[in-house]
Amino acid sequence: MIEVLTYITEHAVQWGAVVLLMLGLYIVMTRGNLIKKVIGLNIFQTAVFLLYISIGYVLDGAAPIVLEGAERYSNPLPHVLILTAIVVSVATTSLALALIVRIQEAYGSIEEDEILEHGET
Amino acid sequence: MERLHVIVLVILLIALAVTLIRLRSLLAIAILTGVYSLIMAVVYTLLDAVDVAFTEAVVGAGITLTLMLAAISLTTRSETKPGKRTKQRAVGAVTALAAGMALIYATTDMPGLGDADAPVHLHVAPYYIEVGPIETGVPNIVTAILASYRGFDTLGEVAVIFTAGISVMALLWRWGKDDR
Amino acid sequence: MSEHLIVRVVSKMLIPFILLFALYVQMHGDYGPGGGFQAGVIFATAFIIYAIVFGVKRAIRVMPLTVLTAMVSLGLVLYAMVGFVSLAAGGTFLDYGALDSHDPVHGQHLGIIIIELGVGITVAGVLTAIFFTFAERWQK
Repeated sequence: MIEVLTYITEHAVQWGAVVLLMLGLYIVMTRGNLIKKVIGLNIFQTAVFLLYISIGYVLDGAAPIVLEGAERYSNPLPHVLILTAIVVSVATTSLALALIVRIQEAYGSIEEDEILEHGET
Repeated sequence: MERLHVIVLVILLIALAVTLIRLRSLLAIAILTGVYSLIMAVVYTLLDAVDVAFTEAVVGAGITLTLMLAAISLTTRSETKPGKRTKQRAVGAVTALAAGMALIYATTDMPGLGDADAPVHLHVAPYYIEVGPIETGVPNIVTAILASYRGFDTLGEVAVIFTAGISVMALLWRWGKDDR
Repeated sequence: MSEHLIVRVVSKMLIPFILLFALYVQMHGDYGPGGGFQAGVIFATAFIIYAIVFGVKRAIRVMPLTVLTAMVSLGLVLYAMVGFVSLAAGGTFLDYGALDSHDPVHGQHLGIIIIELGVGITVAGVLTAIFFTFAERWQK
């Protein structure tokens, strides 16, 4: 019983990240509204970030800033990668939103179905 | 204890994500993504990633939210009620479930959360932690790696931000049509 | 939004402190959490608040577009120049140890401070410019 509980506490965050990733993927695939698609992509991204940060975590470790008396530090390498990824994600999000604004002006709608109909006629 | 706090917060994040799927009002969705980012920042803090938490808080809850609101005010406030889309929903659900099952199967091989002997902590990380602050004279190891050991990476990233800024201005700015 | 007295006064009071905090985060990034990205974002936030409260026309008078576009490129150029200077000083590209011929650790620290400054300038410029672009479109 204790073993099962330990196993769950050790892996629950990874499962949580996977569930968030599934929800993000579902939003991107099923919603027709383009802004909602961008939000789904953001959720997808944060799920990956969460997985990476949880890999870098060390139990009873300190944050990776040199500290008197600290024995163990969390792994700083995933932090660096995700720091970069977060800033790139805001750049891509802003570009996506700018494109959406242009699509609204060209087609009068940001719903996928209506844009497709507009293209056929 | 920290691990339990993180698990509770991750459950909260999942609940928020499910709400985001069901909501129609884009304004409410944008504001909830701000809340989502703040909770995510708390999770990062609990997992000892202070630099990442700081970035997520300022970027996710600050800038992304502002840009979302700006884009919503330029387009539309709510999602129109979609048609049945049964086929699309089924395909989406099946794909997401398949990807999720494969990933959960993969996590069974992963070391547990906070395991100090996991392979990822035994390769280059000890070198960065021991030698990094001495070689660079910077106590914050994350800054030392970001700016010095991974300088090329960061240069490319600044170039990405530069490109995104230029592209947004090229797409949206109406040059010469006003008295700026 | 400038017709609301409370919003106007509070934002005017807050903006200097936001800018100061951004500079603190920029310069203190070596010793605590923070650095160029976070500082740049906070710096941009101050101008975004100003644009939201007083309108983008007045904000552009405070932060002219020429300055903004110069900032966007200046940070990236500053970063790349550090690489070329270290190349000229006998090291490899972006090897800051070569910046100071006597003490490589000092050179490393100097290089990190300059490139963080470059990152901060570019991020602040880009985010302010993006918001101004969206807001300018909305005004008409």
